[in-house]
Amino acid sequence: MNTKVPSKWMFLLSALAILALPSLSAAQESHIGKLTGHAKPGKELYRRFCIGCHGPRGDGQGENAPYVTPQPRNFVAATFKCRSTVTGTLPTDEDLFNAITRGFNTTNMPSWEPLTPQQRADLVAYIKSFSERWKNEKPGTPIEIPAETAVTVESINHGKELFQKLECWKCHGPEGRGDGPAASTLTDSNDQPIRPYNFSVGTRFKCGTTNQDLYKIFITGVDGTPMPSFADVIKPSEAWDLVHYLRTLQVARKGPESELMKAQGGSVKVADKSGK
Amino acid sequence: MKVNQILMSGIAVLAAAAMAVAAPGGGTVSGKVTYEGTPAKQKPIDMSKEPSCAKAHATPITTEAVVTGAGNTLENVVVYISAGAPDGATAPAQAVTIAQKGCQYVPHMVAMQVNQELKIVNEDQTSHNIHPLAKANREWNKSQPPGSPAFSEKFDKEEFIPVKCNIHPWMHSTFAVLKTSHYSVTANNGAFTLPNLPPGKYTITAWHESYGTQTQDVTITGSETKTISFVFKAKPY
Repeated sequence: MNTKVPSKWMFLLSALAILALPSLSAAQESHIGKLTGHAKPGKELYRRFCIGCHGPRGDGQGENAPYVTPQPRNFVAATFKCRSTVTGTLPTDEDLFNAITRGFNTTNMPSWEPLTPQQRADLVAYIKSFSERWKNEKPGTPIEIPAETAVTVESINHGKELFQKLECWKCHGPEGRGDGPAASTLTDSNDQPIRPYNFSVGTRFKCGTTNQDLYKIFITGVDGTPMPSFADVIKPSEAWDLVHYLRTLQVARKGPESELMKAQGGSVKVADKSGK
Repeated sequence: MKVNQILMSGIAVLAAAAMAVAAPGGGTVSGKVTYEGTPAKQKPIDMSKEPSCAKAHATPITTEAVVTGAGNTLENVVVYISAGAPDGATAPAQAVTIAQKGCQYVPHMVAMQVNQELKIVNEDQTSHNIHPLAKANREWNKSQPPGSPAFSEKFDKEEFIPVKCNIHPWMHSTFAVLKTSHYSVTANNGAFTLPNLPPGKYTITAWHESYGTQTQDVTITGSETKTISFVFKAKPY
């Protein structure tokens, strides 16, 4: 039988087999824009740069882990803080790529921008091999972020109302200083103490620096931490108002929001604080 | 009078018929869960940081890690068939509800089937965030400010999931997500009933959030009621 198969057909069959292979190992790949990352070179990079903290099994139990706070991410559990996807879902490849590129401010995770984009894409592919989740689940759908609305006094004031109504201050404090009534009791999902973000210090957010990033943080939540998702309780049209107000709490940071409040002479925070 | 009596008996007959339909023969496993030893004393909860909730309780409520009844009975034990019964193929259509009420989860122990709808309600005048610390299932964390509508979730894997509200650290619950439709959560008198069991050999598991797991094997041959009891060793700490 086999000998009768024309060579033309054999060629087609083998071509098909080769084409089918990549889909089998899709979990071993990452796709970031035009880049395709591969787990094999990613593993070599991981063993050189990441293994010390994240450990050979990717469970966050590397030899440095006992000395690192917050604990290194456990890739086996596959719970990720900085996502563009809804709470409880896997992040996109791009989310992981951005996290590696950016690093996590105020933690021991540095920015890996010195690595080439291809190397970072390879690392993403390898990191995804630690959890079965990448084989059984698809990444969540990225949330839709409407175009940013104008920074106005009304927007900022409405954002302040939301801050009160949604009780952000319970953890972040009435002035965003990270000193709300619940702040001292907070623990992350590993039962480790964790502090809410202190806006007044104005350091970079862990999940990015732009207004879009800030929007994403409270809509998607920061999984594995006490910060919940507000996707079901904030309308997209209102969310920008909250972003604009939160920016005015960053008194140490210059931005259009705090400039506007200063110009109005009615700065919610700046005048209060500088007066004292 | 006479009409009433006729009506009453009619209703009784109807009810009996309804029960007969609901219980298509089969055996029943029932019994009681108790403890021996001294359980840890539950601590009163200080809700002074949340005045709207503190007001809801005339006397401060205590933690619910161990809830007992008269005669050493144990409440909030999930008793279920862990082996022998066919998995509950489809989840029941009706939802299970958990309410956040007076900064407490009501009920404290929420049992449900895999893929059954869980409805989450906030009846308080304060924000809660509901945070199931799932490992096998997906870990999510959602805010529910006062007055916001109830939302529904499902869990697709069997797991006992600890649940907390990060804003009110005293709030704890467990989502017992089970494959089987044969389960019972003990009431304050420690009683449980698993009805409608076709003949067969079953493993019955009792799970308590502080005292762990116990199992017993039971064989059902006809429509009898087998009585079994579980005794947990209470730890004083």
